[in-house]
Amino acid sequence: MARVLMKGNEAIGEAAIRAGCLHFFGYPITPQSEVPEYLAKRLPELGGQYVQAESEVAASNMIYGSAGVGIRVLTTSSSPGISLMAEGISYIAACELPVVIVNIMRSGPGLGGILPAQSDYLQATKGMAHGDFHLIVLAPSSVQEAVDMVILAFELAEKYRNPTMVIGDGMIGQMMEPVEFPDQEIGPPLDPGDWALTGCKGREKRIVNSLYLDPEECNQQNIRLEKKWEKITKAEQRWEEYKCDKPYDLLICAFGMVSRICKTAIDSLSEEGYRIGLFRPMTVNPFPYDACAKLVKKSKRVLDVEMNMGQMIQDVRLAAEGSKPIEFFGKAGGVVPSPDEVIDEIRKVMKKAGIKKPKKKTSPKKKIGTAAKKKTSKKTAKKSAAKSSGSPKRSKIRRKR
Amino acid sequence: MYKTFAYTQGLTPKPTHYCPGCTHGTIHRMVGEVIEELGVRERTVGIAPVGCSVLAYEYFNCDMFEASHGRAPAIATGAKRSRPNLIVFTYQGDGDLASIGMGEIIHAANRGEKITVVFVNNAIYGMTGGQMAPTTMPNQRTTTCPAGRDVAEVGYPVRMAEQIADLRTPAFVARVSSHNPKEIIRAKAVLKKAFQYQIENTCFSFVEVLSTCPTNWGLSPLEASNWLEREMIPYYPLGIKKTPEAESGQQEHNSEGV
Repeated sequence: MARVLMKGNEAIGEAAIRAGCLHFFGYPITPQSEVPEYLAKRLPELGGQYVQAESEVAASNMIYGSAGVGIRVLTTSSSPGISLMAEGISYIAACELPVVIVNIMRSGPGLGGILPAQSDYLQATKGMAHGDFHLIVLAPSSVQEAVDMVILAFELAEKYRNPTMVIGDGMIGQMMEPVEFPDQEIGPPLDPGDWALTGCKGREKRIVNSLYLDPEECNQQNIRLEKKWEKITKAEQRWEEYKCDKPYDLLICAFGMVSRICKTAIDSLSEEGYRIGLFRPMTVNPFPYDACAKLVKKSKRVLDVEMNMGQMIQDVRLAAEGSKPIEFFGKAGGVVPSPDEVIDEIRKVMKKAGIKKPKKKTSPKKKIGTAAKKKTSKKTAKKSAAKSSGSPKRSKIRRKR
Repeated sequence: MYKTFAYTQGLTPKPTHYCPGCTHGTIHRMVGEVIEELGVRERTVGIAPVGCSVLAYEYFNCDMFEASHGRAPAIATGAKRSRPNLIVFTYQGDGDLASIGMGEIIHAANRGEKITVVFVNNAIYGMTGGQMAPTTMPNQRTTTCPAGRDVAEVGYPVRMAEQIADLRTPAFVARVSSHNPKEIIRAKAVLKKAFQYQIENTCFSFVEVLSTCPTNWGLSPLEASNWLEREMIPYYPLGIKKTPEAESGQQEHNSEGV
């Protein structure tokens, strides 16, 4: 299919339809409202259901009801709304139902602001709601990747019967980029399997339930969920390595949109001769600890860059196991760091760590704008999995096997 | 020898955990019989609440959800909108529906979801140990209003059937009671009607069933039945509050039942 220019939020809605999701329950909130707007128009045309819930609490329980009867279902929201959905998400995880939730993150805490942030990383990956459970969490860095990841999210949610979340910072939802969708107009419906409540004709009644009054039964339920998570952790880690195939002195860790800003900074400093690599987790849960550790080991110093006050850095530190100092640069509140700011920060960190550029490569300092432009013109039309990363040069998308 | 009374197919044979004199068992039985008699058991999905009837998913002999506190109408919305051929009902108590779940019930009713809600009102929080509910009667003593419900302090009991009937969206809304055989026979007929409206895909249907809680009221089962009749019915008048055929507000409160 030809590429089309599309706003992130609308592309997310279309991606869900391509994945075969014709049911949406949600509540308007900036900066994700174009998803429900898009689906409110499209789903009735396709014989699906769009329901505007009275609140995010209700929306999270509507998707519980929808998935419970074996229907592929989506909800989307933004940070404060996701907090309200926490209740339903815990029940959905406990009942092992496949749903996809998209969080187009804005700044917090509280009402925060409506501009892009990455401040819900810890909520999504560590503390979504009460009880022991894990969400599969995917973090796209472009509109194309948001499309790919929404489709992947449905696959993973159904494969493991586990709620799956796509976290995009506000920019992913609001900006327009060229995207390519799968050819299928609408994916095949969800197989209700041996768990969905479809009416007990010709079989025993089924119960979708998360109440276990017997403590040992509840213990076993937790063990079962944890075993499933181990399986997911082994099979589903995905990440990108950028300019890590040759020796590097500094490793930058970043996820989502910020990784693209970091790539621009890295490209610019590479022109000057500095050796810098980037690690970008694409599944932020399960976090690719081993991959991160391997890359950290090969660096002299690590800089973690986020649009928050330092959340993913906790995982980078866990991966590094104290082997390297992990520096942090972050902007919160909806302030997006510019490539120049990242470059300044990298210089500071390199100075502090005594990192100098290798002597022989002394190309003159270049401004980012021109450097980036030059890169684009040099791009080969190589169609790789990295097409969505914004800067495919020397980038490797990896998956743990 | 022939059988004069048998288990209903609508319920599992599992003994319930309800206290002696509690009418939850009777209401379960009525709903179970209605589901059986209407021949919809095999396409029915029930939604159990949080509260005394939290284990209802074990008693109803059809596919069942267990909901979080108050959210059953939202889950019912998701289920019914996703599989419109299912017959979807919620079974909720007064703490669940009239307090924490007020938003969900009002909006499900206002959207006109084609679901049936069985609302059991016993004027108290039973499972948590007899605390004040939004439906607790004026001056009624509970563990959290030990001097009796002070309406100047916490307001008057909420009349849910009237609240729902007041919405413009067409619906079937009624209040019945479970405290004596005469009212039980009426209640079952009303419940049947409520499910029929759903089967015919007509409208949202809501049946409030007044119920006793001898344990937390501190009364014997017989005293509890008398208390319900004497104290609750004057405040919570029985009858059909609204039918989809009549415009909202045009139908007088009618204590004749069906």
